[in-house]
Amino acid sequence: MTLDILYFAWLRERLGLPRETVETEAATVADLVAQLVAREERYAFVFGDTTGLRVAVDQVLTDFDAPLSGAREVAFFPPMTGG
Amino acid sequence: MEIRVQEAPFDMGAEIGRFAAGRTDMGAIVTFSGLVRDTDDGLRAMEIEHYPGMTEKALTGIAEEAQRRWSLGDVLVIHRFGALAPGEQIMMVATAAPHRADAFAAAEFLMDYLKSRAPFWKKETTAEGASWVEAREADEDALRRW
Repeated sequence: MTLDILYFAWLRERLGLPRETVETEAATVADLVAQLVAREERYAFVFGDTTGLRVAVDQVLTDFDAPLSGAREVAFFPPMTGG
Repeated sequence: MEIRVQEAPFDMGAEIGRFAAGRTDMGAIVTFSGLVRDTDDGLRAMEIEHYPGMTEKALTGIAEEAQRRWSLGDVLVIHRFGALAPGEQIMMVATAAPHRADAFAAAEFLMDYLKSRAPFWKKETTAEGASWVEAREADEDALRRW
């Protein structure tokens, strides 16, 4: 499947890109992260400790165990600081 | 319900006036406004990033939840993004209810959820450089009381 992956705040800055499109067969968010980490060093740095990160699948906040079947957009970001 | 995510400043007085106008069945309107607070080392600028699309969905979901929990006539949420200076208004919420207890509780609920469940991120620039504002554990704890 084709997935749009979005990065926000320090993840976007550290990776040097706001979004990318990937071809993947990842079953879960965690699988997708493992695939990215295996790809390049900068991903390993950003995803080194996912407990401090948040993820949204198709613009709904979820967790790293979430399945990706049917998903189109996955976003990774730090804890939110609105208000 | 009205949810607005915008770069432009807003006139809080005018917004409250418009929100309150023409209501005869609401006895209470509560408003809250968040401002850019200066820091000890001198804040030069604040940049607010957000996730277009998800931001509006998340805010709508939070406002809908508030409407389920309390007897509300209406909800208004305005949140800005982009570059802001110390003292500028970042956001506001307004709730209208027949009685004040519902209006106060719903406004607090909206603020607590908006702080850590709506996809906004603040970056502060001081003389020392730029850094992303870290979420506080207290913000996450605040959600548990609801």
